[in-house]
Amino acid sequence: MITRVVMEALSPTMEEGRVVQWLKHEGDAIKTGDVLAEVETDKAIMELTARGDGVLRAIVVKDGETTEVGNLVGVIAGADEDISGVAPAARGGQGGQGGPGGWDTPLEPTAPATLTAVGGEEARRIKASPLARRMAEERGVPLTAITGSGPGGRIIKRDIESTSSALTASTAPGWGGEGWRDVPLTQLRKTIARRLTQSLAPIPHFFLTSEIDMEQAAEARAALNALGGEKISFNDIVVKVVAMALTQHPECNAWWQETHIRYFRDVHLGMAVAVEDGLITPVVQHAHAKSLRQIATESRDLAERARARRLTPAEYTGSTFSISNLGMFGIDEFTAVINPPEAGILAVGAITERPVARDGAVVGRKRMRVTMSCDHRVIDGATGARFLQTVKRMLENPLAIVW
Amino acid sequence: MAKTFDVIILGGGPGGYICAIRCAQLRLTTAVVERGKLGGVCVNIGCIPSKALLHSAWVANVVRHDAAALGITTGDVTLDFGVAMKRSRQVADQNSKGVEYLMKKHKVTVIAGTGVLQAGRKIKVGDDVYTATKAVVLATGSRVKGLPKIGLEIDKKTVISTDEALFLEQAPKSLAIVGASAVGMEFADVFNAFGSEITLIEVLPRVLPFEDADSSAALTRAYKKRGMTILTAAKVTGATVTEKGATIDVEAGGKTQTVSVEKVLVAAGRAVNVEDIGLEAAGVQLTDRGFIKVDEQLRTTADGVYAIGDVAGPPMLAHKGSREGVNAAETIAGHTPHPIRYDNVPSVTYCHPEVASIGLTEDQCKERKLDYKVGKFPFTANGRARATLETDGFVKIIRDTKYGEILGAHIVASHASELIHELLVARESEYTVEEIDLAIHAHPTLSEAVAEAALDSLGRALNI
Repeated sequence: MITRVVMEALSPTMEEGRVVQWLKHEGDAIKTGDVLAEVETDKAIMELTARGDGVLRAIVVKDGETTEVGNLVGVIAGADEDISGVAPAARGGQGGQGGPGGWDTPLEPTAPATLTAVGGEEARRIKASPLARRMAEERGVPLTAITGSGPGGRIIKRDIESTSSALTASTAPGWGGEGWRDVPLTQLRKTIARRLTQSLAPIPHFFLTSEIDMEQAAEARAALNALGGEKISFNDIVVKVVAMALTQHPECNAWWQETHIRYFRDVHLGMAVAVEDGLITPVVQHAHAKSLRQIATESRDLAERARARRLTPAEYTGSTFSISNLGMFGIDEFTAVINPPEAGILAVGAITERPVARDGAVVGRKRMRVTMSCDHRVIDGATGARFLQTVKRMLENPLAIVW
Repeated sequence: MAKTFDVIILGGGPGGYICAIRCAQLRLTTAVVERGKLGGVCVNIGCIPSKALLHSAWVANVVRHDAAALGITTGDVTLDFGVAMKRSRQVADQNSKGVEYLMKKHKVTVIAGTGVLQAGRKIKVGDDVYTATKAVVLATGSRVKGLPKIGLEIDKKTVISTDEALFLEQAPKSLAIVGASAVGMEFADVFNAFGSEITLIEVLPRVLPFEDADSSAALTRAYKKRGMTILTAAKVTGATVTEKGATIDVEAGGKTQTVSVEKVLVAAGRAVNVEDIGLEAAGVQLTDRGFIKVDEQLRTTADGVYAIGDVAGPPMLAHKGSREGVNAAETIAGHTPHPIRYDNVPSVTYCHPEVASIGLTEDQCKERKLDYKVGKFPFTANGRARATLETDGFVKIIRDTKYGEILGAHIVASHASELIHELLVARESEYTVEEIDLAIHAHPTLSEAVAEAALDSLGRALNI
């Protein structure tokens, strides 16, 4: 009996596997359950076991080669059995060409990838009229984000149109009799959803957290504000410090561009601002080159106009790195979602007095936790850590700003 | 007899009786108050008997004009309108009996008499007062009205309405029909087939003025070929009426002409039945145009009082009234029915060839400055139509350029009334012209012309 040995899905997310080493050789007798080879998955090195008895007649994917889940990697059969129907080129134990494409015999035909991102297999199962489907595709509105108002919840033309025009609706609907209400997505909300799912799903995020002593920053701020003029906030200080640190660590001031990474000389810092039904990220251009006072004036103006929806597109695009500050909401620490194509974002928590051991005694100190989300395709752990170390050093010694 | 019901419906026409059935299905105790015969105008003096007469007319035309070519020799053909009329009465009576049966089947109480609404959801019929605990539905319909301002008051002898035309014992020698909308066109068809000399007088610039201009043009051609006189953009400036006939002064194209006929059929204008049914006392308000004012749920300004059908506003069509009846019943029962799409109510004229349409006309698309494309397919290029000598007409589909949405569809064909529904379902379901084409159409059928028109709008009709 012929048993096809295929690359098995050894983890739920595994799409392909690399044969690290065959533990059996062509001609070896095999019993069900024998370990045939070690396979490296996306997560670990696992064992590929035999699912039939016989002789390992052919090794199709050789040591070190990679193939997709479902592809043939070897053949177990009776010693004299004709296996040409299963692995013609494997006759005589020469092995195959191996690797992806060499033995492209998936167990099940894969679905043709004819659907666009908006359509998609998921979207196919959503009840929507052909017209609504077409309009959604044209307008880039994902059907998954729309509540249908047609028979049985079917998405119809009107739903697509109301989604597109919801931004102009002025009155919020009240609660329905069922105790819930469906609010169509605003353009802003749709953009946030699209941009951020684009972010978290495909970007390999990792997070670095650091607690920073803010005593000196607080003193510096008090001293500066005592001089009069535009009041400086802690956020302004963080903006300035992050911008300066980025000029020292240009490897974190970059965009992931799929085929290449674009590093920036200048720092254009995006600051996430909460607005009535979402958030928007206005950009302090050339933040590294601006004085604290300039940053204070400019960021206040940007935030105000962001809330009034008065920003021009140029004022909220083009940032090279972003900061999200939820300190004013009493959040101690959190992780922010990267705003692609940027490679990082710094989530800034509240400044609170915390007990800290200092010179052998526990004292209360103003402390602030920051968490940096990094795109691992651009920033490696140590790279991000070095940048964050610089941020911490500068905030703990704010004279560095004028250094 | 019980005096209290969940729902009492005033009027047993196609709006009222359908509403009653739906109420009964939803387990509401229901009564219908009807002063005439169940089925209303539609069943008794409208849709149904006129379709019976139109069928007589169609057969008359086939026998006289097509039979020989079909290999059938008939000899002298004698036409007797009286016989056709009596059959149409039987058909109407059968349908009315059918409605009676449906009321019994669904245990709907039928109260004979004229109902008058009173405050507090009460209906007075004669000396009896009935109470509706949940809702009263006003479905009193509409009636013909004359045109007294131009001297054409209906005298039921020389100047008649459809109410009288349906009961004539014989076709008049000559007949002037004032109004060339659906009703006028249908009666012109009938009496032309039965030998009357027809003059159609329409005040607007074309017959079937609310249909697509292409449809109007096709019918004008077909009617003129059959020897009818059509006066459009024509104003009746005066009329002299005697027992023997009428002389009408018609001003058209800057000239005044006199039309002398045996009878005049006034086929323009209907009045809604809103008088003497207690609306004011119950707090039911009317619109500026005289219809009962209703909201999207068909609720009037009086609590627990609904209105459906002709009294609730145009289009004054039986099928629109029936759908409103269903929706009102479901709303009363606490459901949330799917809102009625008033822009997708089919309009049909059952003359020969028939005219059917949904949605916008091409002129309306132009006025609204829509970006559209037209697909058109004539029945002369359709095999089935050739085989059955029914090559008059076309299918015209107007689609949105960008998305392919069906904006309007217009069919002139021997069976346009049936053919339109494919496009109606498609439009209701928001199918685009591409879905119409994707569905394989049986060959040979008239319906193939629908698919071809869809294809033509995409620039790739196959059989032309």
